[in-house]
Amino acid sequence: MRLTVDHVTRYHYDAPVRGVVQSHRLTPSRFDGQKLISWEVTVTGGEKGGAFRDGAGDWVQAWTVKGPVTEIEVRVKGEVETADLAGILRGHRETVPPEAWCRETPATEADEALRALAESARHDEPLSFAHALAFAVAGAIEYTPGATHEHTTAAEALAAGAGVCQDHAHALIACARTVGFPARYVSGYLFAGEGETPHEAAHAWAELWVPGFGWIGFDPANRCCPDERYIRLGAGLDAREAAPIRGIARGAATDSESLEVAVSVAQPVAVQSQAQ
Amino acid sequence: MTTYFNEMYDGASVRAPYARLGDWTAAMPADRRLEKQAEAEALFRRIGITFAVYGEGGDPDRLIPFDMFPRVFTNSEWGKLERGIKQRARALNAFLVDVYGRAEIVRAGRIPAKLVFQNEAYERAVAGFIPPKGVYSHIVGIDIVRTGPTDFFVLEDNCRTPSGVSYMLESREMMMRMFPELFRENRIEPVDRYPEVLRRTLASVAPAKCDREPTVVILTPGHFNSAYYEHSFLADLMGVELVEGADLFVDGGFVWMRTTEGPKRVDVIYRRIDDAFIDPLCFRPDSMLGVPGLMDVYRSGGVSICSAPGAGVADDKAIYTYVPEMVRFYLGEEPILQNVPTWKCGAADDLKHVLANLGDLVVKEVHGSGGYGMLVGPKSTKAEIEEFRERIKADPENYIAQPTLALSTTPTFVEEGIAPRHVDLRPYCLVGERIELVPGGLTRVALREGSLVVNSSQGGGVKDTWVLAE
Repeated sequence: MRLTVDHVTRYHYDAPVRGVVQSHRLTPSRFDGQKLISWEVTVTGGEKGGAFRDGAGDWVQAWTVKGPVTEIEVRVKGEVETADLAGILRGHRETVPPEAWCRETPATEADEALRALAESARHDEPLSFAHALAFAVAGAIEYTPGATHEHTTAAEALAAGAGVCQDHAHALIACARTVGFPARYVSGYLFAGEGETPHEAAHAWAELWVPGFGWIGFDPANRCCPDERYIRLGAGLDAREAAPIRGIARGAATDSESLEVAVSVAQPVAVQSQAQ
Repeated sequence: MTTYFNEMYDGASVRAPYARLGDWTAAMPADRRLEKQAEAEALFRRIGITFAVYGEGGDPDRLIPFDMFPRVFTNSEWGKLERGIKQRARALNAFLVDVYGRAEIVRAGRIPAKLVFQNEAYERAVAGFIPPKGVYSHIVGIDIVRTGPTDFFVLEDNCRTPSGVSYMLESREMMMRMFPELFRENRIEPVDRYPEVLRRTLASVAPAKCDREPTVVILTPGHFNSAYYEHSFLADLMGVELVEGADLFVDGGFVWMRTTEGPKRVDVIYRRIDDAFIDPLCFRPDSMLGVPGLMDVYRSGGVSICSAPGAGVADDKAIYTYVPEMVRFYLGEEPILQNVPTWKCGAADDLKHVLANLGDLVVKEVHGSGGYGMLVGPKSTKAEIEEFRERIKADPENYIAQPTLALSTTPTFVEEGIAPRHVDLRPYCLVGERIELVPGGLTRVALREGSLVVNSSQGGGVKDTWVLAE
């Protein structure tokens, strides 16, 4: 499936800032399920910094913007040819071994309830167990936009029984790690279908490392494994680490950053997106 | 009753390296000694060298006692130490390059994967990166204890930013100033070229993108840090800038320093800030000490960071037990310096042995430092031992145990005159294009009678350390 992305993230500062530094994981991963046709990221007034492929196989590109500025725009335009690999991350090269993805972070720390939820899904066979975990999380946290916020932890989302894709992914990761699966947070895009709201286009899911298969994606929010509608960008221990854009503005008052999103539709098939 | 090796004596006779010191003290009347001691203290206070050794905790502004009785090594004793230290520093660096690359040592089953990859100090952010010259740890501080004329053991490795080297330099300076005659009577290897060797070492690991004489800086957390004195002292002696995070910024693919003449590009950063704080974009977002975007510049070869982020995975107490294995695996050599035999409480058999012999052992937390969170069996009460037993049982993986070592003693000035006190040694091995060791180090001394804990937070002091020329 050929997917087209046009994704704009706008940063607005109440007062001019002296400069902006950003670190992008905004380039589709290289694996058998994705082929890059074209891809371009631009930052208004930005200068490209260093770029490298990190140990997790993600392409990282640094940017700096010299101030004073009050607004910058990060625009991603590109086309990707995707294939359905039933969620399996085949042909992806990475240095970091699965054992390094077992560490808890504040957002993915397991409490009693998450542990119990993980145990309730237990199967002898690892692949079935992984699927059962994803379904258990999907069942325990109802998709409810606005019920949670950026810093909601997995435990909080489960207690509330409501959340968005970030919360689903965090909860699945927390559950998976408690029962011994290496697990990680994946950020990317999802083509939600013609005529649907573009709300979910900037998406997130989880990957679990399953013996015999390697990394497999699970998207509890949509009760499926990533297929040809998904574009994978990068991975981290949690949402913060896997963020497609990490940035810091110099000389900004801590609360002066606001975010606007513009979504445009492109042909032949658009992945419409909204920023994080 | 354990007998301890006193480095000054061989039975009743004085060992050769201490021969002249014997005459020196014999000729020193008590009142002159007190006078000199007061002078030393005043000098230390005036220059403001009042900091705790890395991670030891305690009051940062407290003056660490200085003992005027030097500790002496013969040239051949030092030769063996030097070979052993350099060997260890090479193996530790080979290990670091390996575990952030193909991890052959794990694949070969010589070190458990979990110990490396689930280690707090393993930095996923640097996996797949080989720093310039293949060096992660540029200043390796190796803590060594002695138990006999030829018996040396490594107590621990410090691969991140070992501190205390300013004591090595200041103690020497102090002794030369107060007792110049000693330096005429004894042929003592100088240590004062350390700052120059350090500067050269740092410059030698400049990144590939640096096409000129590298600009080196020391990055400090600031004057409230307990080792700030050392940071500014080394910057002065090396002739490089001492900077804080706010003095640096990232622009394009490089790191720049604000100066009165405009921005100046920085090539090598000797950082005295922990990994977690060096870049809020990559690590702790709440850190105000670091430089946003620094890690991306580092990973793309625009700047070098010393020690390299992630170096800490080699000096963990649980990894420590595998260092002799690293020497064999990477260098194909037998270790010259031995480890202290260590039981890992995480292993069932070891745990059984430890719990059955708590009264004779030293038990340490795997991630602890500074003599806290530690049980010295023979010096503890029954109640303390029982309390520790419960702590170990609750979390065995967090503890290792070692036999109580009969740490050597050296003569030390105490109130009653001269008495033996226990010592250890921390030399500072420099690793860059070359690997170098200035003949000397930091000798820490447990000033309390009978105490085996040399940490400054627990009543330890420092001494000048001599290596005699041939």
